[in-house]
Amino acid sequence: MFSDIFYKIWNAGLIQIGIWETIYLTLIPTVIAYILGIPMGVLLCVTDKNGLHPIPVLNKILSIFVNIFRSIPFIILMVAMLPVAKLIVGTSLGNKAMIVTLVIAAAPYVARMVESSLKEVDAGVIEAAQAMGTSNFRIVTKVLIPEAKPSLIVGAVISTVTILGYSAMAATIGGTGLGQIAIIYGHQRSKPDVIWVCMILIVIIVQIIQEVGMLIARKTDKRIRK
Amino acid sequence: MIEIRGLSKTFHTANGDITALQDIDLTIRDGEIYGIIGLSGAGKSTLVRCINLLEQPTAGEVLVDGKNLLTLSRKELLKTRQNIGMIFQGFNLLEQRNVLRNVCYPLEIAGVPKEQAKARAVELLELVGLADRQKAYPAQLSGGQKQRVAIARALATKPHYLLCDEATSALDPNTTQSILALLKEINETLGVTIVVITHEMRVIDQICDRVAVIDQSRIAEEGPVSQVFTRPQSRIARELILPGSKSSVDTVTGKKVRLIFDGERSAEPVIANMILACQAHVSILAADTRDIDGAIYGYTVLAMPDDPRQYERAIAWLDEHHNTYRLED
Repeated sequence: MFSDIFYKIWNAGLIQIGIWETIYLTLIPTVIAYILGIPMGVLLCVTDKNGLHPIPVLNKILSIFVNIFRSIPFIILMVAMLPVAKLIVGTSLGNKAMIVTLVIAAAPYVARMVESSLKEVDAGVIEAAQAMGTSNFRIVTKVLIPEAKPSLIVGAVISTVTILGYSAMAATIGGTGLGQIAIIYGHQRSKPDVIWVCMILIVIIVQIIQEVGMLIARKTDKRIRK
Repeated sequence: MIEIRGLSKTFHTANGDITALQDIDLTIRDGEIYGIIGLSGAGKSTLVRCINLLEQPTAGEVLVDGKNLLTLSRKELLKTRQNIGMIFQGFNLLEQRNVLRNVCYPLEIAGVPKEQAKARAVELLELVGLADRQKAYPAQLSGGQKQRVAIARALATKPHYLLCDEATSALDPNTTQSILALLKEINETLGVTIVVITHEMRVIDQICDRVAVIDQSRIAEEGPVSQVFTRPQSRIARELILPGSKSSVDTVTGKKVRLIFDGERSAEPVIANMILACQAHVSILAADTRDIDGAIYGYTVLAMPDDPRQYERAIAWLDEHHNTYRLED
């Protein structure tokens, strides 16, 4: 039912390795992108003209910076950022370099996600916190982030799925994982069954991320009557 | 004591400047419940936000216990705010925290140790009658219960002042009554000075000692509630005291008298006695009486007879029987 190549790579355990590489190439960049993106998102939200501490100039600069990175198609940004990857991790090849380019592409995206989640927090709640003598820093840590938690989790699920898509594209310039298997064994050797298997596996991974993430978001959201 | 001196606030918007408050002078004494009433857009919410500097006044001073808030450093201001509790129309509870942790919030900010904060929060939840809902989340509570949690939270740091911004406007009449009773109790038992912002006269006459009527960014009238209620001087005060009544009084031409019930003699059937004694044909254009601290306060606006002799007789009778009245124009 399957082609010879499929059996060959299956027996060699390449598919199983591909699954793990895809997960690894998704989760590591997502985590790093969040480490960079959360402060950027907070800054975008806080320095907004209606924010806790408006700094219009900084907000504009940051906003333009984020927009530039977000408007470049990932496949182009990826090749453009290879020299930067070389600067940071010493190589423009392999997964290390891929992680760098994925983070560069994902962090601005995450920043916007975080910003929009934080802006959903009711202005009245922030005002109440201010009336109780809360400093701006603690409004961020004790009000904005905890109150936006369910929305932040939903955002993280969407970001993770987007980054998974990016990581598959990274296969075109040497990233590993299911994307690479689909391109090298499926596309270049004209074996549609390999492409289909990789595709189905990616769909399953996305479904798991989506379902588990949404379950966590629902469980943490106390606004739902129980 | 809260003293507001020459306070003005102008908002700069894209469509030009909007004056929200102009030259406001107010003194709120310790231990009283002070009402600020006005129609929406009159500037009352801006005024209450100037008391804890959630809004920065354009001009003037805000003195709390003699300290000018506008000269305080940011840190001192945050500390002072812990002495001024505030509750809101929309309750503004932290939706992701349960009731107990909501009440603990201001104590966390004030740096109170966890166990101590929890004990204080439980104590306050008992005061507001929600000791059994500690683990509930705001979404599981009714409006009245949410406002009770908000009151407990506002009182957590033992503030001397409590600002209420339309705190009962989102509640049904029965719940409003119970929240007002709670505020009155807090004022009496804890000695907290309360500032009440509202557009409803019934809130004012139920719990306030003194009232300021605000209209078009200025204070139109100020004084003890019984005085403002029985002898409203400004058009806006009359309008607020008996909404919709203005027109019926104003459309009837001829001589009109406003009979005032000052809390002492309102049990007497004054109008009936006057009609019987003077044979005067009067009709009632508007009337409202309320119970304030057990005494009846209120007024009746009468259309007086056109016949000059009947009119004179009636006025003479009113004078003779020491009734308080005023000729309306």
